[in-house]
Amino acid sequence: MTEALKLTDLAKSFPVGRGFLGGARGAVKAVHPITLSVRKGETLGIVGESGCGKSTLARMLVGLLKPTSGTIEIEGEAFATADPAAFGRRIQYVFQDPISSLNPRKTIRQIMEAPLKRLHNMPAEARKERIAEIFDSVNLREEFLDRYPHEFSGGQAQRIGIARALAASARILILDEPVSALDVSVQAQVLNLLADLRAAFDLTYLFISHDLAVVEAVSDRIAVLYFGSVVELGPAEEVFATPRHPYTRLLADSAPVVGRPLAAPEAAGTDLPDPLNPPPGCAFAGRCPHATDRCRSEVPRLEPIGDHARVACFHPLPA
Amino acid sequence: MTGFFQLLARNRLALAGGVVLSLVILLALVTPLLPLADPDVTDTANRFKLPFSEGALLGTDHLGRDLLSRLLWGTRLSLAVGFAAAIVAATIGSAIGIVAGFYGGRTDNLIMRGVDMLMAFPYILLALAIVAALGPGLFNALIAVAAVNVPFFARNIRGITVGIAHKEFVDAARLAGLSNTRIIVSEVLPNVIPVIVIAMSTTIGWMILETAGLSFLGLGSQPPQADLGSMLGEARSALITNPHTSIVPGLMILVIVMSINLLGDGVRDALDPRLKSGALSRPMAATRVDRKGPLPAPTGAGLLEVQGLQTQFHIKDRVYRAVGGVDLHVAKGECLGIIGESGSGKSVTALSVMGLVASPPGVITGGAAHYEGEDLIGAPYRRLRGMRGRNVAYIFQDPLATLHPLYRVGDQLIEAIRAHRPIGREEGRRKAVELLTAVRIPNPEKRIANYPHEMSGGMRQRVGIAMALANDPDIIIADEPTTALDVTVQAQVLTILDDLRRSRGLAIIFITHDFGVVAQLCDRVAVMYAGRIVEEGRTADILGAPRHPYTARLMACVPEVGGGKRRLEAIAGLPPVVDRLPEGCAFAERCLKAQEACRRDEIPLVRDGASAVRCLYPNDPSREAAE
Amino acid sequence: MTGYILKRLLSAIPVLLGITVIVFLIMALIPGDPATAILGSYATPENVARLNRDLGLDKPLVSQYFIWLSNMLHGDFGTSFALNRPVIDEVLERFNATLVLAGTAFVLCAIFGVMAGVISAANQYGWADKTITFAVLLGISIPSFFLGMMMILFFAVNLRWFPVSGMWPIYGDRTIWVLLHHLAMPAIALAVVATGVVARLSRSAMLEVLRQDFIRTARAKGVDERGVIWRHALKAAMVSIIPVLGIQAGFVLSGAVYIEIVFQWPGVGRMLVDAILKRDILLVQGGVVFVAACYVIFNIAVDVAQSLLDPRIKT
Repeated sequence: MTEALKLTDLAKSFPVGRGFLGGARGAVKAVHPITLSVRKGETLGIVGESGCGKSTLARMLVGLLKPTSGTIEIEGEAFATADPAAFGRRIQYVFQDPISSLNPRKTIRQIMEAPLKRLHNMPAEARKERIAEIFDSVNLREEFLDRYPHEFSGGQAQRIGIARALAASARILILDEPVSALDVSVQAQVLNLLADLRAAFDLTYLFISHDLAVVEAVSDRIAVLYFGSVVELGPAEEVFATPRHPYTRLLADSAPVVGRPLAAPEAAGTDLPDPLNPPPGCAFAGRCPHATDRCRSEVPRLEPIGDHARVACFHPLPA
Repeated sequence: MTGFFQLLARNRLALAGGVVLSLVILLALVTPLLPLADPDVTDTANRFKLPFSEGALLGTDHLGRDLLSRLLWGTRLSLAVGFAAAIVAATIGSAIGIVAGFYGGRTDNLIMRGVDMLMAFPYILLALAIVAALGPGLFNALIAVAAVNVPFFARNIRGITVGIAHKEFVDAARLAGLSNTRIIVSEVLPNVIPVIVIAMSTTIGWMILETAGLSFLGLGSQPPQADLGSMLGEARSALITNPHTSIVPGLMILVIVMSINLLGDGVRDALDPRLKSGALSRPMAATRVDRKGPLPAPTGAGLLEVQGLQTQFHIKDRVYRAVGGVDLHVAKGECLGIIGESGSGKSVTALSVMGLVASPPGVITGGAAHYEGEDLIGAPYRRLRGMRGRNVAYIFQDPLATLHPLYRVGDQLIEAIRAHRPIGREEGRRKAVELLTAVRIPNPEKRIANYPHEMSGGMRQRVGIAMALANDPDIIIADEPTTALDVTVQAQVLTILDDLRRSRGLAIIFITHDFGVVAQLCDRVAVMYAGRIVEEGRTADILGAPRHPYTARLMACVPEVGGGKRRLEAIAGLPPVVDRLPEGCAFAERCLKAQEACRRDEIPLVRDGASAVRCLYPNDPSREAAE
Repeated sequence: MTGYILKRLLSAIPVLLGITVIVFLIMALIPGDPATAILGSYATPENVARLNRDLGLDKPLVSQYFIWLSNMLHGDFGTSFALNRPVIDEVLERFNATLVLAGTAFVLCAIFGVMAGVISAANQYGWADKTITFAVLLGISIPSFFLGMMMILFFAVNLRWFPVSGMWPIYGDRTIWVLLHHLAMPAIALAVVATGVVARLSRSAMLEVLRQDFIRTARAKGVDERGVIWRHALKAAMVSIIPVLGIQAGFVLSGAVYIEIVFQWPGVGRMLVDAILKRDILLVQGGVVFVAACYVIFNIAVDVAQSLLDPRIKT
């Protein structure tokens, strides 16, 4: 058993608009059916721009949101219902905004104790020991335990968030933009800590971010999300170096890089398609320089290309 | 909790209200012990005695009853009923609000529909209907007043609960295995209680008024028992002949309600976290300037020259030195980048130039900003206003927050022009279309009629740029204009800015935290740390061979696309807080090369040709290159 | 726009029905035999029998409700036993007087409240702000009936500037000036509390808005301070002020009950209080339903005004 997490056709749509009697008028597909698997000990990066469905996907994976269809298998066990408490022992979440993920009116100790008490029914003495152990592993001093969240900087608060996730003894962590609220000098500290923890506790990560460089630096494989679908999936060192999907190429070319002259890779029309009225074919066709009639009428599936990669495109770019 | 009482005690009006209220409550509590006449014994022979007469300190009423005694007993009753109504309404209303807000969906819908219906009545109609059904009487009046206030609490608390239920810490609690009930008790309730207390403290006075009102109408307390309202009601028929019988209970109500309101405001201010930071102050039209010491004379470098700029934030007794002496200049057609982490003072520097730092709490305490030889910092407001947008224009970070949500973008563009010269409707419209075309917005004729919320982030930021261009300024100060945008959109916006600079010869000051953006856009760059420039020079030089250890280390922290999976360099520790800056170099604490001397004295910015660095032991570019 | 108005009107139907249900249920709380309660304890058996037939009082509660509702929909609100007159006639006549009083007070409180709030916020911590804040505090702390009584004492009895009470003189012409002369004191007394509340809220709404980024944008483009305050800030603040005005209309209508008693104003509030004391149940019921319905319609107008101001509301 080497697969930590396996998603089969996982999809989510949200009802929109309210009729006179409260019935929904339509549905927005936030996540189109996604099939993915994450190997044990692997870091899978998920990258995409705002509105691509990456947070919705993440919330389904921890049971905070019920999928519309599809299944989630964690360490070989299927999780049918969206019950965060059931998920919580296997998979945990590290939030984007470190401060607002900590209840302002609880001490850090109370926050840390909750998962130990509720998920593992640990007695008081054992809890104390375990918290000390975890705090040590995330380089936080034990004296912080009796303070309140507002006394911490963003970087420290994020370490506390990570410590809480570890306390649940989950083997898989969903990291939802864990460093995007932090300054670069602190960002590197947290990323390195995450790398150390992964090695020390044999963790599996799903690292979600909009920052291509950060994702590339921490991931083994990267999935590129566009408009709710995975458009490309491949080894981290190849995805942005030799993009196969035109959208990945656009992302890679847009990232500002020292030493590369400024050039708008695209003239106009960067808007995402209207989610209420999605295009019949490939969602990227409207922006794609290589789009053909087929692209505009048929949805491409994620197909293997080359040795390790997969791409959802009828006209993939040459390697 | 002690902090709360300290804050409350600092508010003198609230304190006064608290003292008066405590006295009244104390008086009401000891009333049965005082040697007072029986409040209900009539003595028609001694009716309408004036205040300060023998045996009746406040006089007597139309039945000859002692007014002082009736006043104290009435106060006791009014207070009891008012507080009871408030507690009942707050408890029931808050419980309903929390349940509706937390569970959401159908539960919420059903409950709130009911609440809406109750609120569809002018409240007194509901109270009157209840009293009509139950019959007049003080207890029924209490029920009526509590009942009409339940919806107010329910709606108020529901709104707060919805906000809290969507907070990330509630999700975290779910993942920690907490049940819904437990989440309500341990996560939601502690965050809602301050709001309930605020709502109660601000409505309790009103509830006392309402119960008094019902009694005044004869629907509350029934004779001979009297609360303050029924005393007034009974005295009304003798208002003209014997006004003291009305004035005595009336003033008492006024005193009670006023002291409750004063105290309530104090409680609100002490519990509202936004007020603690002094954030609810209105920023003035221009930043306060309080410069001490001699003003630097212009040297004529560049179009805009900032010299020794110091901007501070005065919050309570603390002084945050956000900008601690910044020198920079920008020439026509040049793009100067200012780069730094959050809190480095880069935005405050930029906003200080045109007096746009929010004040209070911001104060410019030193330095000058010379534009064509004229000092902008010292300029009177009228002069400054005339130059804002016309000579120096700004582009801000979040285009959704920085455009007025209720005006069409075309009108906002025209207003920018109109602020500086009169312009007709037709010409304004034409000019607005022209501006939108200049920033490559497709369909500009249609787009001018859009509201900001109808546009995407990238389009809104283009409108922001168009607005900055409206009066053909010489200088544009762009404060992180692409930070809130996606990378593909950012690339477009940067291209537009770069093209405009070249075609119009604009000087741009570009504030960012992104080295990649600086590299692509800026000719020169200044690196800021803890309110000072630590290094400045040509972009290529600095990015190629940074001399200040901070610049070098910061650049090493930033991952770049194409590097593959790797361990990143990190800078241990945190930037210093600017109200407690260390002596000497602010970076010494985190610097690997720091020596004793670094922590001792002020370290000057040493200029060497085109570049400058504020370091005693800078990296040597030639040696680094050799290595 | 028309679509939005229609939609809001449609959505008012369940609210109106809800109001009738609530009033009906409250009235069902009355202990004892309903017919006796309505007609008073001296009712003749014939009258009781007739009433039982007309209102279906001998039928189950649900049918009673529908009989009552259908009667009202046909304009029949029943007959007041105390006045021996159709309820609807009495209510309509009285409501006119209330409308004059409450409408004037509402306009006063809206104009002066918003202006005071804006001035207060624009001069935060200045003397104008302090004066207004204190006046507002006094205004929201004084019972309107006590204020009304003191005004009578001072302006009518001592200074003889205004008549002591009533809407019209007993003798003489009924001109608009006479009306205004009678209206001035009660309208002001009624407006004071609401003005205080509106001013308070406008002040905090303005302070909230003045800290927003778009205000800084307006300043950065060179808009003068008057434009910043009265155009940019006030327009944005109105989004949160307008709903409060809607709620205040209800408060003014409520306060009118006290003011009508104090100033002997022949309005619906005084009618209701008299009816309650005389236990004239049908008059109370009809009056409450009618006024509440009018208030619902008024609130729809408020919503429409809000949607005109704020394009973000989906119309």
